[in-house]
Amino acid sequence: MKKIRIIIQKEWAEVFKNRLIISTIIFMPLLFSALPLIILGFMPGDDGSVDAQLTTELPDQFAQYCGEELTASECYKVFMVNQFMLLFMMTPLIIPVNIAAYSIVGEKTTRSLEPLLATPITTAELLAGKNLAAAIPAVLGSWLGFFVFLGGTLILSGSPQVVRALMDPMWWLAIFVAGPLLAILSVNFSIMVSSRVNDPRVAEQLSAVVILPILGLFFGQISGLLLINSRLILIMALLLALVDIALIYVAVRIFQREVILTRWK
Amino acid sequence: MIQTESLTKKFGDILAVDRLTLEVAEGEVFGFLGPNGAGKTTTVRMLTSLIAPTSGSAVVNGFKVGVQDQEIRRTVGILTETPGMYDNLSAEFNLLVYANLYEVEDPKRQVEKYLKLLGLWERRMDEAGSFSKGMRQKLAIARALLHEPRLLFLDEPTAGLDPEAARLVRDAIEELRKQGRTIFLCTHNLDEADRLCDRIGVFKTRLLVVDSPANLRTRLFGRKVVFHLASVDESLAEIVRQMPFVKQAQVVDNKLVVSVDEPEAHNPDLVRALVGAGAQIQFVGELRRSLEDVYLQLVKSN
Ligand SMILES: Nc1ncnc2c1ncn2[C@@H]1O[C@H](COP(=O)(O)OP(=O)(O)O)[C@@H](O)[C@H]1O
Ligand SMILES: [Mg+2]
Repeated sequence: MKKIRIIIQKEWAEVFKNRLIISTIIFMPLLFSALPLIILGFMPGDDGSVDAQLTTELPDQFAQYCGEELTASECYKVFMVNQFMLLFMMTPLIIPVNIAAYSIVGEKTTRSLEPLLATPITTAELLAGKNLAAAIPAVLGSWLGFFVFLGGTLILSGSPQVVRALMDPMWWLAIFVAGPLLAILSVNFSIMVSSRVNDPRVAEQLSAVVILPILGLFFGQISGLLLINSRLILIMALLLALVDIALIYVAVRIFQREVILTRWK
Repeated sequence: MIQTESLTKKFGDILAVDRLTLEVAEGEVFGFLGPNGAGKTTTVRMLTSLIAPTSGSAVVNGFKVGVQDQEIRRTVGILTETPGMYDNLSAEFNLLVYANLYEVEDPKRQVEKYLKLLGLWERRMDEAGSFSKGMRQKLAIARALLHEPRLLFLDEPTAGLDPEAARLVRDAIEELRKQGRTIFLCTHNLDEADRLCDRIGVFKTRLLVVDSPANLRTRLFGRKVVFHLASVDESLAEIVRQMPFVKQAQVVDNKLVVSVDEPEAHNPDLVRALVGAGAQIQFVGELRRSLEDVYLQLVKSN
């Protein structure tokens, strides 16, 4: 445990000297919460005149899902807010790529990998340290974004009903379960790439590949093909957990100290 | 402390280390001398459990390479060929990271001890990247010592340093030797091997010869006594050649160079004979071949 902790401390000490990375961790979640808030802020108020028109625009299932106690305008806001959920799920996916992609290949380029591997640190400890060092800031960053969004929604929508929608188990599941699982997915993938390549930039670009499917999901949902609900999130979380376990297993397996140390110039 | 048996490493088709059989005793400073590409770093990496041998076996600190790798990593110190410091972290933090990784009991105290010992304490808060090459090398030596290993691998510790920095590093090694640590010193610097090592193994993919620096000279060139004379001619050389223990005698300028096995035993007789023949002896000395000659001869012939 002590070794994992010192690896995390070391990674952070290095990473947080990099302004670009700090700003990614802080500003990206803020940007992602500002976008929906701005849209929310410009949405029409609850004067009844637009209700009928809006209701017809909503997908049918969604209207049902809103139930009786919400006005059409509120329902529309809940719908909009929920549409942005995937945006929040992207934060833990994107933030750590920078840190993780650099983590092994960076040690290769500075030649610090050899003395590091000469210490009695196990491969699992090393990877756990590198993983957590990248995943923790990503998860915290995305939580920060979520809480800003929550506060902003309360102020801008002026409707406790809409805020209540954000307190829905679906959201908590998405932010506090699927989010960290996504971060682990992204981090492990980047670290695997990082230990296989010799150029930090290549590692970053390759790692960006994981983000594409989620982007696809996002645009699919925006265009109305997919509807986010608790079931979808739950299934996603379960799948993610399985994929994560497999990835961690593979990452430890393919991290062969000797190959990583010697097969590069 | 180290025993190897036919230790071999191949990288694909490249044979980097060929059947190395070697023993290094406790407290010994062993010089592993060889040109670039000889396989020194590869050997050190095998002995520190960084890479696995292709065949053969080795026992380091009583632990088997390939079996008890974790114990080996825990108990040996290594100065890698390139220091590999975290350049944008402070010198102190660099060492603290390693003190923790080496499971040192009181990391802070141990880091302080070695920063002070190597004269880096004043600069401990500076980034390692701001250090001169010599200071960085000293920092790397400190890093290798944090867990108080009894066996230390130093891979070309003075390569690329200016003479002043190299001297500081050599002094530090001398200090470690006095503390009774066993040191496996890779170098292609003959002078360094000559000065620091108890025994030297000349290595180029294969181990060519192992002996003390003094014996290496004798073994390859024999021992030679030089008589500086006021005047010399062949007749003096002829007289000396008659003596049973003299292997060879040669006139060079106004010097007579005589090869004998044991100058200590035979010089008095030689002097007596020469004086008896009327020679005017000005100086007597031993002709010392430099280790460089030994080395060049060995490496050339392979
Ligand atoms: N990872 C590697 N892959 C292929 N060949 C290597 C590798 N490491 C070393 N070699 C080769 O093995 C030989 C010995 O290298 P090395 O141990 O670095 O020598 P030295 O340290 O004595 O300069 C060289 O011919 C080198 O090219
Ligand atoms: Mg080398």
